[in-house]
Amino acid sequence: MIRVAERQWRALGLAMLAPLALGQAEPHLVPDVSDRNIEIRYSFAGAELLLFGAIIYPDGRPPEGQTDIAVVLKGPLERIVVREKQKVAGIWMNVGRVRFRSAPSFYAVASSRPLPQLIDERIAAIYELGVDNLQLSPGGGHSAEVLRRFEHGLIDLRMRNQLFAEYPRGVEISEGVLYRARINIPARVPVGTYTAETFLIRDGRVVAGAAREILIEKLGFEGFVARAAERWSVTYGISAVALSLLLGWGASAAFRRRYG
Amino acid sequence: MDIYLPIAGLSVNALVIVGLGGLVGLLTGMVGVGGGFLTTPILIFYGIPPAVAVASATTQITGTSISGVLAHRRRRGVDMRMGAVIIAGGIAGSIVGGLVFRLLQDMGQIDTVISLLYVILLGSIGILMAKEAATALEIIKPSQRKGDRPPRRHNPLIAALPMRWRFYRSGLYISPLAPLGLGFVSGLLTVLLGIGGGFIMVPAMIYLLGMSAQVVVGTSLLQILFVTAATTMVHATTTRSVDIVLAGLLLIGSVIGAQYGARLAQTMKPELLRMILAIVVLAVAFRMALQLGWRPEEIYTVQML
Repeated sequence: MIRVAERQWRALGLAMLAPLALGQAEPHLVPDVSDRNIEIRYSFAGAELLLFGAIIYPDGRPPEGQTDIAVVLKGPLERIVVREKQKVAGIWMNVGRVRFRSAPSFYAVASSRPLPQLIDERIAAIYELGVDNLQLSPGGGHSAEVLRRFEHGLIDLRMRNQLFAEYPRGVEISEGVLYRARINIPARVPVGTYTAETFLIRDGRVVAGAAREILIEKLGFEGFVARAAERWSVTYGISAVALSLLLGWGASAAFRRRYG
Repeated sequence: MDIYLPIAGLSVNALVIVGLGGLVGLLTGMVGVGGGFLTTPILIFYGIPPAVAVASATTQITGTSISGVLAHRRRRGVDMRMGAVIIAGGIAGSIVGGLVFRLLQDMGQIDTVISLLYVILLGSIGILMAKEAATALEIIKPSQRKGDRPPRRHNPLIAALPMRWRFYRSGLYISPLAPLGLGFVSGLLTVLLGIGGGFIMVPAMIYLLGMSAQVVVGTSLLQILFVTAATTMVHATTTRSVDIVLAGLLLIGSVIGAQYGARLAQTMKPELLRMILAIVVLAVAFRMALQLGWRPEEIYTVQML
């Protein structure tokens, strides 16, 4: 259900941009990324993703005035519960909770200048630019103040885990036509299909946009283990028990032979 | 040397985990406890999600207890009949425990319950052990009440249970309901806390059931072996938080550590070993208690649905 709604929303967003991109007088973007596939392997300690591309102007020359770029990398949406701890009888324990139906598992935005200097709040909310402008779809029954507190808690937690990030001067534009941005992918990044969206911003308006998909997956032994734990949980459990019995028995047998 | 844990979903230093396993294994070999009570909290302090820490520590204990069981069987120190009854209770306990674990996870209280149970269990057992070891080392004088009354072999509550069986190796004629219930509690604790429960079972077998001392440790290890194996299966199929890479790293350290620990134990006074264990147990309990009372680093936590 949510995936369908998300797709429709994206289609709507692209439809809004299409006339802009096709219009003769308007520029368009040719984006690319350094890795279409990020593989999480045994030594994965994070990665740096390079997002770059060219701005194509209809008359071949950048026009007068400032042109800005914002690049957003967004992970798959998740349904989550955020819990809040409070002190109860001397013990810190979870007391309150709020559900969010569409929290991105990863969100990073890089821009050539700090976002508030580029766009107003309305535009930022439409394009979900900035960690404070994400549409998290909270569950009902909470006051606006409570929701703000939990949203802030979630954003703060994920920013410290590097799962949410803002790079206010993270996009370099050279000669007005080439741009590039670097975004850090931390080790505990969730797997799935990510979208990298690039926005061309002039005079407080988004004048062009383009998207690329990036696949982050667990491959090799790690991917196999993660999939096995999900799909063949009984076999996986038996293997874990067998492994521990084998190692325990093997070590004692080896030592007994050595020391009698 | 960083290595990625596929279930925990983060990278850790492999040498730290193997070293932790080795340290716990050394303790296992020296004093004959599974060491899960040490592994689980340290893994949690290190940043491993509590559910993964509990589940993977359980898998590790299976490996460290097998060599102990084999050694005790060679010395005829295992009461198979008593073991079977306790294991039956233990497996039932671990299945019920799995449901409780899931329920607490959904309520968001699993972390608090794990910490509270650790503080209560380790705190009380640590104090008892420290007192006993200090008496044996003649640091404190034994209480004068000893000898006033001969200690009762059988707990009156257990003697009142119906349907008695004979357990020859243990030298007992008691109702199987008592060891069954004991096994159930240990299975429950194994699932919730990631401990084998030897440090609870051994005193309970001696003081509650009145088992003869030669078979207590061997039978307890047999029970730990089967109940931790069953618990690994429960976790693998319900919480899906057994990290085989994490368990493997811990095992490599602990099975080797256990061998050296066993050798080291022969050169040390057993009272001193028990005193060391008591201090370690109390330190873990104290650290857990601090964690409950101190303002946590993270006020907000996220759970996937």
